Amino acid sequence: MADIVLPSKALAVNPLKASQPIGASLAFLGLARAMPLEHGARGCTSFNKLFFMRHFHDPIALQTTAMDQMTTVLGADDAVVEALATICDRNRPAVIGLISTGLSETQGADIPRTVAAFRTACPRHDRVAVIPVSAADTLGCLETGFSAAVEAIIAALVPATTAATVPLRRSGQVNVLAPAMLTPGDVEAVRDWIGAFGLTPIILPDIADSLDGHLIPEGFSTLTYGGTPREAIATMGQSIATLVIGPSLDRAADLLRARTGVPDHRFAGLIGLDACDAFTRTLAEIADAPVPPILERRRAQLLDAMVDCQFQLGGARVAVAADADLLAALTRFLSGMGAEVVAAVASARAGHLAELPVDSVVVGDLEDLEWLAREHGAEVIVTNSHGAEIAKRLGTALLRAGFPIYDSHGAHARTWTGYGGSRQLLFDVANLLAGHYQELRPYRSRFWQGTRRDDEAGRHTPC
Amino acid sequence: MKPEDLLALMTEPACAHNDKAKSGCARPQPGATQGGCCFDGARNALLPIADAAHIVHGPIGCAGSSWDNRGTRSSGAETYRIGMTTDLSEMDVIMGRGERRLLQAIGQAVEGYRPAAVFVYNTCVPALQGDDIKAVTKAAAARYGVPVVPVDCAGFYGNKNLGNRLAGDVIYQHVIGSREPDPVPEAALRPGIVTHDVNLIGEWNVGGEFWSVAPLFDELGLRILCTFSGDSRFHEVQTMHRAAANMVVCSKAMLHVARKLKEDYGTPFFEGSFYGIKDTSQAFRDFARLLGDADLARRTEAMIAREEARVETALAPLRRRLAGKRVLIFTGGYKSWSVVSAAQDLGMVVVATGTEKSTEEDKARITALMGPDALMISDNDQTALIQTFHDLNADILVAGDRYIYPTLKSRLPFLDIDHVRNIGYAGYDGMIELARNLDRAVHSPVWQQVRRRPGWLPAAAA
Repeated sequence: MADIVLPSKALAVNPLKASQPIGASLAFLGLARAMPLEHGARGCTSFNKLFFMRHFHDPIALQTTAMDQMTTVLGADDAVVEALATICDRNRPAVIGLISTGLSETQGADIPRTVAAFRTACPRHDRVAVIPVSAADTLGCLETGFSAAVEAIIAALVPATTAATVPLRRSGQVNVLAPAMLTPGDVEAVRDWIGAFGLTPIILPDIADSLDGHLIPEGFSTLTYGGTPREAIATMGQSIATLVIGPSLDRAADLLRARTGVPDHRFAGLIGLDACDAFTRTLAEIADAPVPPILERRRAQLLDAMVDCQFQLGGARVAVAADADLLAALTRFLSGMGAEVVAAVASARAGHLAELPVDSVVVGDLEDLEWLAREHGAEVIVTNSHGAEIAKRLGTALLRAGFPIYDSHGAHARTWTGYGGSRQLLFDVANLLAGHYQELRPYRSRFWQGTRRDDEAGRHTPC
Repeated sequence: MKPEDLLALMTEPACAHNDKAKSGCARPQPGATQGGCCFDGARNALLPIADAAHIVHGPIGCAGSSWDNRGTRSSGAETYRIGMTTDLSEMDVIMGRGERRLLQAIGQAVEGYRPAAVFVYNTCVPALQGDDIKAVTKAAAARYGVPVVPVDCAGFYGNKNLGNRLAGDVIYQHVIGSREPDPVPEAALRPGIVTHDVNLIGEWNVGGEFWSVAPLFDELGLRILCTFSGDSRFHEVQTMHRAAANMVVCSKAMLHVARKLKEDYGTPFFEGSFYGIKDTSQAFRDFARLLGDADLARRTEAMIAREEARVETALAPLRRRLAGKRVLIFTGGYKSWSVVSAAQDLGMVVVATGTEKSTEEDKARITALMGPDALMISDNDQTALIQTFHDLNADILVAGDRYIYPTLKSRLPFLDIDHVRNIGYAGYDGMIELARNLDRAVHSPVWQQVRRRPGWLPAAAA
């Protein structure tokens, strides 16, 4: 059991946290033909768009209601209606995510009424789904915004099943609620994992289909490049089971189950042997099929990597800072490998953090991470790209994880989920530790003074 | 190399292997042999001479897969880590161009890297072909003005151990005694403390581990003329004949170097180890004893008391975690007893120890440490070793790197004690590191996970 240490600082230094609106936008970026629309000042969206562009190395569909002085003071309802109409006219989306921000929430925008106003004003756009999400950035973090959006998508697009309308179950169709901690590479791994059992997943949201970084014959698109089709979401009530990954999606899962009656199976994460075994076992039960040989093989490969890497990870001091789901998954995994998680910093509070196998979890920023890592002599820090300077100051290695990763390529493709992904993570950590291993310092004898050994240090390059 | 020279090396009189009727090293069994060849052993022994160029004369098979693979560390010069080979081609062999190529190769090494000396290791193909490397090295030394030392160590001459011995022999013949030591620097002198010159023979500075011990030598006023050969320099090896006392650290293989120094220069020597607290302390006591300096003996005891108290504090929590854990040690040679002693220091139960390369004297020491029923394993078969691990209900295997992966595949904890490691275990601080690593390996949560069968596996496979 871990103590949750809440922040007591007035100043957040080197923030770890990204906002709820950015998380909500990310969820919409995993829907097909979608456009997230942030209801706030233009700057919110501009920053967020750039944040994702640098992380994914892709164009990002993201719009703003561009609140200005007039609309902020006198009411922005018209701006929202105008923004929705403009997006519909110009981009012909299937879905618009209407995401509130700190500004619009504080102003007191009545989003449902505004959507109604848009429907009245533009009946020609009736087929476009507009999904409002309340995502003030005064609360939560990227992860909670993402989850709120998933919940909103379910509320808007999954029809309720009543006793009278119990649907036909589609054999082999399963729902997957995929959390913010998964990269497109991770989601792809989950899709293949489920596919290996002959099951067909509907993944909500499917950023593996939209943000995996692929060129299309049409070239540039103003909307998403793929993602979960709206029509597929509408059939989630007919699935035989729902797989929920990450505690952050609990509320969304509750809603989906309440709405459809589809039984669900929840997993804290899919990193590490135990987590993977639990998922595999569930899939075998749902599919009523034996575990495919390819998964047995991947599992055996992970076992081998675990015994090979335990020398490197055993006793290694690691400091981790991330949103709650990812922090929890990484902390459990690293502890399970014999590493010591000497600092665990979460960007925002989450109930399940108290169950982590560490003394305390600090809800804080990267300054907290830096202090804790220094105090406990961390060898590796695990966090986003903002950790690079910290790692430099501390003389540790940095394992990039979470959002944003802007100083390296392939953040979207990196896969730590599943047996193969867990193995990759092991190698990544082990290699960083090996690269930063501090060998014994050379000792120079007092008896060498004045001898030719006195000044030879470093003399090994060709003359 | 002449058969009689080889025979002489194999029948090293100081080696306790030769006390028995069947003398010398056993012939390898084709199809069931582990371990390296004579070339491997010779190069390992000399490679740590850090400011020398080490040229492997042979086709790529000898150096290509083995260069820069040692854990031995240097405090400065790094020339020894540069891989050099004549990379003999088919045409070199057919046309007999090996000697000429070697001469040019030495020239290139001297010009490109300005080494303090060049060692040339002869390997199977040129040995078979009859390259006269003695003549070539002599010519090269004259032409390039750098000492060039021939090491005739073709793999088929024998095993790694023989290679070690052969290397010691080469050094004795060609290098030791060719230079006088520098005077003790004024600044290093301390009033009232006599400086004694000593050598360590067979200390390889694996993972820089000797640096944990070296400061204590300085403190006591023991000037190490040469650590043969960890972190050594060619000019230091040259002066080894002037030491007042020698310690043979690692191996029987280097015993003859100490014996010859005793015969020719009257230098007394002892055998010891820096693994474990008791052995480390004993080594310093032995130096004081051999040097016959009462003041040194008094200061040595004070130093030992201080160091032992210091590490005890750090070791206490680790001892609690390791007490009663059952360790199977399979290292062979001197380590068969020195590591036993270290593990026992930590309160672990040594269930068996390997004696593959151990001498009768090593075995006597094992018996002294472990009692008359000590289980000694001389068979180096990996399958049998794993079986023994299970039979003895061991908790961890401590062995050389050859055994890492068979052990890990069997889902068993392992600690690497070989020369390729980069973790130092020598001396008082090394003991803390050793205990820490034993603890991590034995208690890693990984073992429990990898041994567990998932629920879905059919019973037959489980």
